[in-house]
Amino acid sequence: IVPLAVSVNRFEVPQAAPVAVFKLSQDFSNDQFPQKVNLGVGAYRTDEGQPWVLPVVKKVEKIIVHDDRLNHEYLPILGLPEFRSSASKIALGDDSPAIQEDRVGAVQCLGGTGALKMGAEFLRRFYNGNNNTKTPVYVSAPTWENHNAVFANAGFDDVRPYKYWDAENRGLDLAGFLGDLESCPEHSIFVLHACAHNPTGTDPTQEQWMQIADIMMRRKLFVFFDSAYQGFASGSLEKDAWAVRYFVSMGFEMFCAQSFSKNFGLYNERVGNLTIVAQDADNLKRILSQMEKIVRTTWSNPPSQGARIVAITLNSPELFSEWKDNVKTMADRVLLMRAQLKAKLQALGTPGTWDHITEQIGMFSFTGLNSKQVEYMVKEKHIYLMASGRINMCGLTTKNIDYVAESIHETVTMVQ
Amino acid sequence: NNDVNKGVILSTVLCTDELIIHLIWCLYSSWWGGVQMGPPDPILGVTEAFKRDTNPKKMNLGVGAYRDDQGKPFVLSCVRKAEAIITSKQLDKEYLPIGGLGEFSKACAELALGADSEVLKSGRNITVQTISGTGSLRIGANFLSRFHGGPLDVYLPKPSWGNHTPIFRDAGMQLKAYRYYDPSTCGFDFKGALDDISKIPEQSVIMLHACAHNPTGVDPRPEQWKEISDIVKKRNLLVFFDMAYQGFASGDIDRDAWAVRYFIEQGHNIVLSQSFAKNMGLYGERVGGFTVVCNDAEEAKRVESQLKILIRPIYSNPPMNGARIAATILNTPDLRSIWLGEVHGMANRIIKMREQLVAGLKKEGSSHNWQHVIDQIGMFCFTGLKPEQVERLTKEFSVYMTKDGRISMAGVTSGNVGYLAQGIHAVTK
Repeated sequence: IVPLAVSVNRFEVPQAAPVAVFKLSQDFSNDQFPQKVNLGVGAYRTDEGQPWVLPVVKKVEKIIVHDDRLNHEYLPILGLPEFRSSASKIALGDDSPAIQEDRVGAVQCLGGTGALKMGAEFLRRFYNGNNNTKTPVYVSAPTWENHNAVFANAGFDDVRPYKYWDAENRGLDLAGFLGDLESCPEHSIFVLHACAHNPTGTDPTQEQWMQIADIMMRRKLFVFFDSAYQGFASGSLEKDAWAVRYFVSMGFEMFCAQSFSKNFGLYNERVGNLTIVAQDADNLKRILSQMEKIVRTTWSNPPSQGARIVAITLNSPELFSEWKDNVKTMADRVLLMRAQLKAKLQALGTPGTWDHITEQIGMFSFTGLNSKQVEYMVKEKHIYLMASGRINMCGLTTKNIDYVAESIHETVTMVQ
Repeated sequence: NNDVNKGVILSTVLCTDELIIHLIWCLYSSWWGGVQMGPPDPILGVTEAFKRDTNPKKMNLGVGAYRDDQGKPFVLSCVRKAEAIITSKQLDKEYLPIGGLGEFSKACAELALGADSEVLKSGRNITVQTISGTGSLRIGANFLSRFHGGPLDVYLPKPSWGNHTPIFRDAGMQLKAYRYYDPSTCGFDFKGALDDISKIPEQSVIMLHACAHNPTGVDPRPEQWKEISDIVKKRNLLVFFDMAYQGFASGDIDRDAWAVRYFIEQGHNIVLSQSFAKNMGLYGERVGGFTVVCNDAEEAKRVESQLKILIRPIYSNPPMNGARIAATILNTPDLRSIWLGEVHGMANRIIKMREQLVAGLKKEGSSHNWQHVIDQIGMFCFTGLKPEQVERLTKEFSVYMTKDGRISMAGVTSGNVGYLAQGIHAVTK
């Protein structure tokens, strides 16, 4: 008897397009060209072009492996307490009045993505009424491509762009940004990049942040920071957290999704923290209790390894100091590559202005290359970058920077 | 600002209109004024209450986490060995693919389906690494919600793991039930189950616990599974297996996977959630897998692409540590052997505790029939205690368990089984 297979067409499942940034890495992997360069996915690389496990992380992992008191038991639903509090302190500052007033809480999440997800799910359920899926969510134009999906999948019907990048002048479109803040529906949610904007590398100045904050306060807009590069942008934790701390001091009730993927190099351990600044301790308590319900139906409780590494590091003065040095090492190398790339392009007399390479900050640079030029770079020069013209500065090394500069020069002169 | 938030009115200061609006807004509104206090999680909340109790004799029989005979968490030696191997390799920490660590997913599927499975040979399964069992169920629920052509109704056994309902509901599916547990026998309501299943509308989704049913510990016998398979086939239902205790039920991983493998042989293209929290003691590392058995490799590729689209906006890619440990154990013959021995050991200790509890109750002079404590299988025992009796057991004896009368046998030791027998007898005599 031939077993009767259950209904053949249960699923109408079309093939989905691959996520662009991973496809790029895949193509790079498959490329045999000896001088190929990967300027795609956002992960730090040493000057040898290798991944870098931070020395402090190696040290702490040894501590963990040799500590017989540790086991693999479940963490609490909201995560490792010493991780959550120390992570929030990193964002808000040790002496943050909001923390002292007991109105700051946190949810340990699976990376920055997980923190955005938890925040989005909470907002969809409880913000601006109950289950108000019509509340507009504004993300910058352009933004990290996953922002759209995170909020849409959390149930928001209306995810829209706010003006941000001025392509013509290769800088911030402040007037456009402020204009959108003034004209958007009240109570709209805004996803702000705390520093090192992805993908443009262009951040508002402090004065500009103050203008943004004023309008958001007046128009009752919700502040949702995405902080994936604290320390990585300027090399200083404090400097990179200025905007977040300013908004807290303004009295906003806000969320800040933190990632420790880049600044701790803990990409695959999925270490993130959703910091919640509430009006008071009672609000905070209720918020956290509802967050638990959302966590429980998504992943029950978060993974322990990465959070332990971060908690041990942040809570030990020596290790904390060592970590800051490691972060500065990474930030400094990026700054060096920026300076050298710009210098070489200028020396080559490459058409156009290249100041934006050093004016921009963080891991990424929006080169200004158009899609035809990008295609040329990939196909003819075997230099892999995103169709938007975004390059990962970490992909540059002293060994390949000449080739990259020359290739950009060739591309810009040959392809319009 | 803070003074204003606390309600102090600045009445004597001249302000601009904007400042007044700002002050009034701060004074009267929080975004979260309407957010209610959520209830404590019924299962995890038990542990939290247990922690607060100061009674030295307290027992935590709530959450299903294995304890050794000293009542301590048990880190498997194969896990420690795997960790040492991994440390020595000095691997980097680059992002895993969205679907997780390839060597893990492959080994995970093999463990469930059997290395010689035709499904694996033909490549018609897609298996992705997930955030333990919960994450797997959630991805599965999201996938079905988006792509299932039939009614978005999931039929759970009555009762089922408490978290099943909110997971599927959050994913946009409706929850229904089929009879499963018979309180009069503390056993399987086979007739009731078949009866209910025979009435389930075609193409609905039916959830089956592969082994060691949670919370009852009551599993169908093989002949019963065969009849269930037949009726499920007749009704053309989509089978969603939840296997969180492979190895933990009987002590034998192949025996515990029998139902899953039988259904596949019978032609059911199942979806399957696996957890390594219990059987490898990797609870907090969050190691799990989600499998869709498809018609062919081509369908599997399409399904894989859509699973990635679902996963990416939740957490981008899964955590490495636990999956690496699990893969190392499963793929290193020595470690795999040790693991099988340790799983067997854990299952055996639980079986022994069941026997000792029943013996203890007899000794206390209980006149009730406690045979079900021995007949049930896996980590949990559905004692048959009613909510009022559970409450007394907690209040008077500091024995913590869930309201439905479920106890985690893993929390019972030779040192406290006598006390537990005393308590249960006291509230049931």
